[in-house]
Amino acid sequence: MDHSIILNGKQVKVGDISPTMTVLEWLRQTGFTGTKEGCAEGDCGACTIGLLDQGPDGPTWRAICSCIMLVPQAFGRQIVTVEGLASDSGLHPAQQAMVDKLGSQCGYCTPGFVMSLFEATYRSDLDSHWKMDDQICGNLCRCTGYRPIREALYEIAGRQPTDRFSEALDALPEIPAVDYQRGDQRFVRPEKWGDLWTAMSDGPVRFVSGATDLGLDITQRFMAFPLLIDLGLLPGMREISPIADGWHIGAGVLLSDLEAWSETHSASLGKMLRFFASRQIKNRATVGGNLCNASPIGDLPPVMLALNAVAVIRSSGAERRQPFAPSGSDPGFWTAYRTTALQDGEVLAGIEISELHPSTYASTYKVSKRRELDISAVSSAFALRLDESGVVADLRIAFGGMAATPARALKTEAKLLGQPLSQSTIEEAIKTLKDDFSPIDDHRGTAWYRATVAANLLRGFFEEAQGGVRVTLPDRPTGTIFAEKN
Amino acid sequence: MAGGLHKPGPHESAHLHVTGSAKYVADDPGPQGTLFVLPVPSPIARGRIISMDLRSALAVDGVHCVLTVDDIPGDNIWGPILHNEPLLADGVVHYMGQAIAIVVAETEHSARCGAQRVELEFEEQTPIIGIESAIAANAFHTDPHIIERGDLEAAFESASMVIDGVVETPAQDHFYLETQAALAIPEENGGYTIRSSTQHPTEIQKVVAAALGIGAHHVVCEVPRLGGGFGGKESQASPYAAYAALAAARTGRPCRSWLHRGQDMAWTGKRHPFRTDYEAAFDENGMILGVIARLYSDGGWSLDLSGPVLDRALFHVDSSYFIPAIRVEGRVCSTNIPSNTAFRGFGGPQGMFVMEEILNRAADAMGVDSTELRRRNFYGEAPRDTAPYGQVIEANRLPQLVPQLMEESNYAARKRAIEQFNQTQQHVKRGIGFQPVKFGISFTASLLNQAGALVHVYTDGTVQINHGGTEMGQGLHTKMIAVAADTLGVKLDAVRLMTTATDKVPNTSATAASSGSDLNGAAVQGACLTILERLRPIAAQLLGDEAASTSVTFRDGCAWLGHESGVPFAKVATAAWAQQISLSSTGYYATPGIGYDPSIGRGRPFFYYAFGGAISEVEVNGLTGEYRVRRVDILHDVGNPLAPSIDVGQVEGGFVQGMGWLTCEAVLYSPQGRLLTHGPSTYKIPAAGDTPLELNVSLLRDADNPLVIGGSKAVGEPPFMLAISVISALRDAIRTFGKPGSIVELGMPATPEAVLRAIEHQRIESTAGMDKRHG
Repeated sequence: MDHSIILNGKQVKVGDISPTMTVLEWLRQTGFTGTKEGCAEGDCGACTIGLLDQGPDGPTWRAICSCIMLVPQAFGRQIVTVEGLASDSGLHPAQQAMVDKLGSQCGYCTPGFVMSLFEATYRSDLDSHWKMDDQICGNLCRCTGYRPIREALYEIAGRQPTDRFSEALDALPEIPAVDYQRGDQRFVRPEKWGDLWTAMSDGPVRFVSGATDLGLDITQRFMAFPLLIDLGLLPGMREISPIADGWHIGAGVLLSDLEAWSETHSASLGKMLRFFASRQIKNRATVGGNLCNASPIGDLPPVMLALNAVAVIRSSGAERRQPFAPSGSDPGFWTAYRTTALQDGEVLAGIEISELHPSTYASTYKVSKRRELDISAVSSAFALRLDESGVVADLRIAFGGMAATPARALKTEAKLLGQPLSQSTIEEAIKTLKDDFSPIDDHRGTAWYRATVAANLLRGFFEEAQGGVRVTLPDRPTGTIFAEKN
Repeated sequence: MAGGLHKPGPHESAHLHVTGSAKYVADDPGPQGTLFVLPVPSPIARGRIISMDLRSALAVDGVHCVLTVDDIPGDNIWGPILHNEPLLADGVVHYMGQAIAIVVAETEHSARCGAQRVELEFEEQTPIIGIESAIAANAFHTDPHIIERGDLEAAFESASMVIDGVVETPAQDHFYLETQAALAIPEENGGYTIRSSTQHPTEIQKVVAAALGIGAHHVVCEVPRLGGGFGGKESQASPYAAYAALAAARTGRPCRSWLHRGQDMAWTGKRHPFRTDYEAAFDENGMILGVIARLYSDGGWSLDLSGPVLDRALFHVDSSYFIPAIRVEGRVCSTNIPSNTAFRGFGGPQGMFVMEEILNRAADAMGVDSTELRRRNFYGEAPRDTAPYGQVIEANRLPQLVPQLMEESNYAARKRAIEQFNQTQQHVKRGIGFQPVKFGISFTASLLNQAGALVHVYTDGTVQINHGGTEMGQGLHTKMIAVAADTLGVKLDAVRLMTTATDKVPNTSATAASSGSDLNGAAVQGACLTILERLRPIAAQLLGDEAASTSVTFRDGCAWLGHESGVPFAKVATAAWAQQISLSSTGYYATPGIGYDPSIGRGRPFFYYAFGGAISEVEVNGLTGEYRVRRVDILHDVGNPLAPSIDVGQVEGGFVQGMGWLTCEAVLYSPQGRLLTHGPSTYKIPAAGDTPLELNVSLLRDADNPLVIGGSKAVGEPPFMLAISVISALRDAIRTFGKPGSIVELGMPATPEAVLRAIEHQRIESTAGMDKRHG
């Protein structure tokens, strides 16, 4: 079977490559050196390319990091690099805007920015300043200070020109099944659940979806994998569907698609996704990846805990439901440091989220060294319901970054349950937080900082829930530049 | 092409950048058969190598050879100032990541496998990590450099307030987007072509020639462009070029070296962290009477450029203020981390920050506005016009610039509005801060202030220019094209700028110290003027008035006598060729009249000063310590800018990079000397969302600088220090969480955690103890 990638509109046969070769390595080896390596961990965006993908509303161009996408994941798919944008009639609008607004200095980050702007050109939902920041927060520039690049983005965002890229959106891209073995490594992308169970029986498996975490094992830790199984093509994995009292969200739903969905369905979830990785990462990373990664500092897990979500776990011939939160002797979904309740032969198929009680107030907060594209020092999600008399009827306090697993503050919750909400009951309960958690020092924050911020976030949440002013910081960019006035 | 001298326009390579066709060193896979070279890094920070076994490394498929110090045909020792750094460890290792050997292999993968299989045994010693450990161990690279003047005893005797304390500034990784890279190609007859991502091609040429034991004339270094430098490729590109060259010499094949981000961050030096102990005396009006400051920089394992970095710090402790009595003393500490090196500002920011912190703390203690305190202490008329090292601050632009900045930024009204806002808010507070900049321009090693150029005119009237500077995003080439086109009176697209190469322009200085356009611009202009002098008589002949040759002018692609009759430049060039007149010339420039004697701490180290000012406003979340920069107003002095939009880019970019240094970028080493923050996942430079919500940048008008080409001023480094205004603004906001009169204690970098700590400190200790003494 021929393995090929449609690169800049041309079908290119991929020769003998390692199944863990990244798209960036392949591009540069193939002579497409416009795409740069700045970090090989998805954190600088110099390697950004465009990927034609299925979106919730049909075909869509997505900006992604080629440094952590595996070549077999791109088999049969259309990608576009910075070399493929210009045409005989001139530069692409994204390129022209970068020239016109003086968006390049040393030029090394520029191809990546151009590709993030390329995605923005065809987006129709860039309707707020934070989304603009989000669109380019995954691209680092050390020269310009970003102002001219942001102006270029505002110039072209949502322009949706009619061109060969918009025409490519007319047909749903075919994403083929893959079974590719070279040497002692094999990559499988099954399109049927039955094929998955068969492939899983072939040996120890590492599952992969967006490869936004696994990619680092390859590029930073130089690991090899005998059997990689990509779960992205399985039926239902990428779907969000209504169930009796809420929604089922497929484990393969991309974070960027979840973000768009949550805007109208779950404000608290949406708020977390806003500062959740970069656009390029959200365009590849999945709900299931973030949850099964089981990192104590993941950003979705506290939200799952606060929203009382349930994991839908599937194995050959069976499906079971596992609440994320612990209850009684059930440790919940995260059983220990980076360990989940998934057994051999099981995969996470999706999650179920119930509609919030109409009088429940829920919110999420993430604190990190840098606001965008950073891993939390503390992430948190809270849900509170008071009865008519102002007594706490339901309370879920969940944190990431405070313990070896994402965790509820069960003792603190218990302190407040059944109590009227007042300054003194709140302060009394907050004192209990230290019984729930003994956070650690690391380069993202000290134990002191984590404990102090956790308490303060809870204070802020209760204030907010009682109608106080929300403590947020502004996000509107403006300014005047001398050279522009001339 | 838009632009031209003194006109806004894009970067000369903008079209190449946006289409991905701009080529960087690592984009070139090299000729057929190019091998990959990878250093074997020391896994320990300090110790002796007891044994090294290369056998299993050599057995790896694809590995050609592993070279150690014994395989170096020439000199293993190099160094930008002192000649004391081994290219490959000679029995002893001084930092984690130090190159012990180099593996030469068919691919990067096989080189890595080979490097992992080099078996090493060490006798470990306890490494010295951090300035305090170095002071305790009496580990220094240099003796103290002292600059002093005035009667300090009298100053402190008569003071109404004395404060003392410690100021610490952090390290900063350059985080140029393009990591270190080099390609070495063996040529016929023992020559080598080196393509390097370096700010200093001549140094590459020298280091490679010395390592190979051959003459410099056998080595040509070419620099297509850099994906960012910021000082990090001034000296520290050299070893990687030398490794490629050594491998090429051994194998006879082209060899390339290129670092991944984690390797680059772990193996190369950063901005020097500084620790300063100070005492400062003020009178009852807040006027500075005297300052004593002892500066210690963390030089890392070798001297590298630490000496002049420290010097520049000492030269800038005065910042923009007249200090009647002063003693500044500095030493470079020796520690077991990669050798810290040049970084935009080159010690200037670290020196200035000392004085700015002293003023911030004094303002807190006195309960006066820090902006007001700054303005009171500015340099002024004689005798308040002389720097501690004896240079008169000529053409001081701050008296003109600061009032204009205050007015345009609406400072007074905003200050009042912020006070009102803060009274109505519990969790969120705002603050505003002002930062003036006076930055000395010239390499402080005066002999380095020289540059060369080579200009060719062809008979069709087109032009090639070569100069000794490197293009790393700062727009030097854009400016040089504009200078040549303007001088020769031809269109921009008639001028082609050639790859920087040591066979075209020899014996160059590094493109550093913000000096690129001042020095190379004068050299390019000089070469063009020499050619025009030769062309004038020819043009006069063609214009029919041989006697009027001195009146010939060149503009709009023609030579002119008066305004009526012009003859195309191409025709003049062709006629010159036909008359056997050379159409090629070198140009050369050396900065006149500067010099400094460190033994007495006196001299004129700087040709002139660049000035600027910034007002920053922040909003701080008192629950988490998070904050945003709401608005920044900058008014900066670039003289009459050679390329105004390029210069605005330098101002904005420098400001944001400076913000990164003081706010979000934290370099952390473990006690064992391991870099913990070795990628963008753990080391956070500012992202798009961290930049000021409102950014207003203006260039000071009517600011012609007669000393420099086109009336311009250097712009690379000075704007970096404008970012200190963000710290003053943060302190202003943090102060309001406590009672007046307490000194804000804000650690650097001012991460959300550092800010929350400072806020908690204000809340708890709203009347902080401070050393007050009344004279």
